[in-house]
Amino acid sequence: MSSRDMVILSYRVNPEDFAKAGDASSNTKKVLKKLGIPSDITRRVAIVTYEAEINITIHSNGGEIIVSIDKAKIEIIARDYGPGIPDIDRAMEKGYSTASDHVREMGFGAGMGLPNMKRCSDEFQIESQKGKGTTVTSTIYIHD
Amino acid sequence: MNVNELCRNLGLNPVAGQKGMDRAVNGAYAGDLLSFVMANASKGNVWVTIQAHANIVAVASLIEMACIIVAAGVEVDGDTLDKANGEGIPILTTGDDTYTLCCKLHDLGV
Ligand SMILES: Nc1ncnc2c1ncn2[C@@H]1O[C@H](COP(=O)(O)OP(=O)(O)OP(=O)(O)O)[C@@H](O)[C@H]1O
Ligand SMILES: [Mg+2]
Repeated sequence: MSSRDMVILSYRVNPEDFAKAGDASSNTKKVLKKLGIPSDITRRVAIVTYEAEINITIHSNGGEIIVSIDKAKIEIIARDYGPGIPDIDRAMEKGYSTASDHVREMGFGAGMGLPNMKRCSDEFQIESQKGKGTTVTSTIYIHD
Repeated sequence: MNVNELCRNLGLNPVAGQKGMDRAVNGAYAGDLLSFVMANASKGNVWVTIQAHANIVAVASLIEMACIIVAAGVEVDGDTLDKANGEGIPILTTGDDTYTLCCKLHDLGV
């Protein structure tokens, strides 16, 4: 990639669509590999995009994931159209989950997704408005 | 050791992802909570789980685990097999429960 190049990937994520959940993160990972991004960075991006994708699938009315890659950093924006997170501090606690029994049986709902995303990010931000939706932004810097 | 050798040594049943049978095995991780697996499993690990829906393939492939062993005789969904074939992630099944299988992995030096 030359210094001016920027790659932007954009994926729609549908609510409750478990058959497709994981496709956006898998595709993102393939692109990063092709671009020659270091494997530790790729792993962190894979974890952030996966957890974001599953959260939109499980907890929201649907949304999108946009991944922007330039020479210095990778930015992941995951936004959805509601219902929003009433208490973000609570949602960020390890082990806190409102997941239904049905999705818990599938192994989701450990309350570890947002903490995982934060741990893998260099910068991490959540904005949420009740009724409107949630936007999670993660930035991961690419070292040399 | 690669997945093929592991499979033969433990008498596991390969049900999908044959093209990944030469993947190198490096350690193991057991667990059924997907975010814990995402956070804690390492590249090259054998993943032992009783989850069998299609999302396990995304998890294994994203963090580059060697293969998935679905334990306790749990039947693997058809779309899981399709995804695993597409990604080249071997899925092996066994009637052993997770504990018994992990003991065997340990004895094998994994
Ligand atoms: N996009 C979202 N929209 C609405 N609520 C959300 C969203 N993302 C997370 N939450 C809320 O925050 C809680 C914690 O999220 P987190 O990802 O940490 O855990 P989880 O999704 O419940 O379980 P896990 O990620 O371990 O499978 C969720 O249970 C849910 O209540
Ligand atoms: Mg989650």
